[in-house]
Parts: sequence; structure tokens; C-alpha cells
Amino acid sequence: MSQLLIIAAEGEMENPLVPPIPELVIGLLAFVIVFGFLAKKLLPNINKVLEERREAIEGGIEKAEAAQTEAQSVLEQYKAQLAEARHEAARLRQEAQEQGAALIAEMRAEGQRQREEIVAAGHTQIEADRKAASAALRQDVGKLATELAGKLVGESLEDHARQSRVIDRFLDELEEKAEASR
Amino acid sequence: MSADPTQVLAFETDCHIFDGCGFPAPGLHSFLFEPLWGDADSNLYFNKTMLLALLGSIIVIGFFWAAFRKPKVVPGKLQMVAEAGYDFIRRGVVYETIGKKEGEKYVPLVVSLFFFIWMMNLWSIIPVAQFPVTSIIAYPAVLALIVYILWVSLTFKRHGFVGAFKNFTGYNKELGPVLPLAMLIEFFSNLLVRPFTHAVRLFANMFAGHTLLLLFTIASWYLLNGIGIAYAGVSFIMVLVMTAFELFIQALQAYVFVLLTCTFIQGALAEHH
Repeated sequence: MSQLLIIAAEGEMENPLVPPIPELVIGLLAFVIVFGFLAKKLLPNINKVLEERREAIEGGIEKAEAAQTEAQSVLEQYKAQLAEARHEAARLRQEAQEQGAALIAEMRAEGQRQREEIVAAGHTQIEADRKAASAALRQDVGKLATELAGKLVGESLEDHARQSRVIDRFLDELEEKAEASR
Repeated sequence: MSADPTQVLAFETDCHIFDGCGFPAPGLHSFLFEPLWGDADSNLYFNKTMLLALLGSIIVIGFFWAAFRKPKVVPGKLQMVAEAGYDFIRRGVVYETIGKKEGEKYVPLVVSLFFFIWMMNLWSIIPVAQFPVTSIIAYPAVLALIVYILWVSLTFKRHGFVGAFKNFTGYNKELGPVLPLAMLIEFFSNLLVRPFTHAVRLFANMFAGHTLLLLFTIASWYLLNGIGIAYAGVSFIMVLVMTAFELFIQALQAYVFVLLTCTFIQGALAEHH
């Protein structure tokens, strides 16, 4: 308490809420210096860079988006091509199947035709052989019969028999009998 | 204990408890300095506070100069730290209160204010200096004055004379018979009390913080005798605690100051209803 009184008496204690002029001036000066540097030089600097960075980031995003769009379109193109190729393949397969079926049918027809030809040729051949065999047989049988008859009669009737139609007639009769019995 | 206004450092008193000398309590004299140069009566002098103020300016500029002189799109460590601070004030304070479109113009002012005040506050716990510049009313006062001039002139520019008057007085027809009283109170509150509290809020916080630090520091020294040593330990722990607390208060008060600045500017720009 006594100290405060001394201080008050000496009048050295100023009211701490009354600002001394020189300090106001220095305070203003100090702040204006800071404000000047920051506002005129340093903050515009950093703002520019921040803006550049923002643009760089946005540019990067744009690039990525463009790449993605391109990839998407390429993918769609590929898909379309693939679908087309599948379609084409299916069509070709269908076509091949049809062609194959036609070919098989044709071959079968051809085979049938050849078989019939062969069979027909066989028939003709058999008929011809039969006729030849029958003719030869007739001769042989006639000769044997003549020989047999000659032996039975005891004399050669060869020349005579050839001129006559006895044997032929006999054989024709036999044939007719065979025909009738068949 | 003399009435000499020079600050007496605690260990210079060489006075301990039980030595028969009184406690050299901190007081108003702790905030007065003998001029380093010139004469205190002539208004032409240079003292420790002024030195710290100018040094603080140089530190703030130096920091931002190093960080933002040649800024890079891909930032280095220092630039990243400075950018974080800058962005905090720009987005967290200016854009939040004034809005991006209108606020952009005031970003440099608010950023400068914040880092200037913060630096001035920080002097409180920087060894050797150990004195918050803002605990001298002149420094908060001049900053509050700048803000005051800005928002008053902005109000007039934006609303014209009548509009500005309505803005200052909170003119509102619905109040009816209370209107004159409300206008009177609002007028005083806005134009006279507001700048005063704006400055004093910062000043008083720093003043009290410095006094507390001084108190515990001096007590630690003063108690360093006999049984008092145990109490000195407690007191010293309090010094550490208060230092950490001050570190927080310093940033907070700088933040509050710029937040209020932005609120005032926003009020000046806002349409009056």
C-alpha cells in the first residue's frame, strides 16, 4: 500500500490504458511494414502459385477424364467389333452347315445314281452271261444228246442231225416245259 | 523496493523470503521501460517495446519472405507451413465470416493482423525478450483504430449517410416506443465501446498473462530460501504451466482479434434490414 502511495505521489505511473504517442507511431509503423510486404508482394505471390496449383490439379483431372472417355469409347468400339465378329462367325458357320448339308445330299444322290448304274450294269452282265451260258449249254446238250443218240442208234447221225432241226425242236420243247414248271 | 519504473528482473533483487525483505510484487512498473535512446519526457525516445515491435515485424516478414518469395507449385516444408497458416486465416476466418466474394479484398489485412499480433504476443515467452508487446495499450489501440476506421468508412460507403446511421444504431421499426433508447444504446455500443473493447480485450489478456508469469517467476526466486524452497518448486511448476497456457492464449487472442475484425467488416457490408 505504501509503495502504491509513493508511486502515486511521484506521479510516475501512467494509466496503462492511455497510449503514449511514440508507441502508437511505432506500432502503426511496424504493422504497416508487415501489411505492405504481405499485401503487395508475398500474398500475391502465393495466391498466384495456389491458383497455378489449382489449375494443375484441375488440368490433371481433366486429362484423366479425357483418357477415361477415350478408353470408354475404345472399349465400346472393341465390343462392337467383337459382337460383329461373333455375328459373322455365326453366319459363316450357318453357311458352312448349309453348304455341308447340300454337299452331303449331292454326294448321296451321286452315290445312289452310281449304285444304280453299277447294279444295272451287273444285271445286264448277268443277263448276257446267262444268255451265253444258255446258248453254250444248248449246243453242248445238243451235241451230247446227238452223241448219245448216235451211240444208242449205233451210227453217226452228226451231219444229218445238224441239218435237221430235230434237236432244236426237242430242246425248245424242254424249254417250254421248264418255263411252264417255273 | 524503489519506484523506479525500469523493470527489475527477479534475480537482480537478490531478495529472498526470511531475509527480511518484502516480496517484490510485479505491478504497473513492470510494464514501463527506461528508454534505450532519447528522453521519456520529450516524446522522442526508443524503448524495449518499440524494439520488439520492429523486430517482430522483421521476423514476420522474414518468415513469409522465406516461405513465399519464390513459392513453388509443389511446396517445400517452410512454404507448406506458411501456406497452412495463410489458408487457415483465409478460409477459416475471412471466407467463413465475410464470404469468399466480398472477403477476398480483406484477406491481406486480416492475415497481416493475425500474424503481426501473434508475433507481438509471442514475445512474451521468447527468452531474453520475455515481454508481450501487445500488453502496452498503444499497439492494440493502433490496430483496433485501423480496423475501426476501415469498417466505419466501409459502412458509409456501402449504405450512405442515412443507411450507415441506421446500421450503427440498429434501427428497427418493430421496437416501437423502445426504439430511441435502443438506438442510443446501440450507437454507443457500436461506435464508442466496440473499438475500445476490441483493443482492450487483447491488451488486458496479454497484460494479465505477463503479470501472472512475472508473479510466479519472481515468487520462484523469492521463495528460494529455507523451507520456502518447496514452495519455490511449486511456483516454478506454475511458471511452466502458465507459459504453456500463455502460448495457447497468445494464438487465441490473435485469432479473436481478427475474427472480430472480420465480423465488423461483415456487419459493415451486410444489407441493413
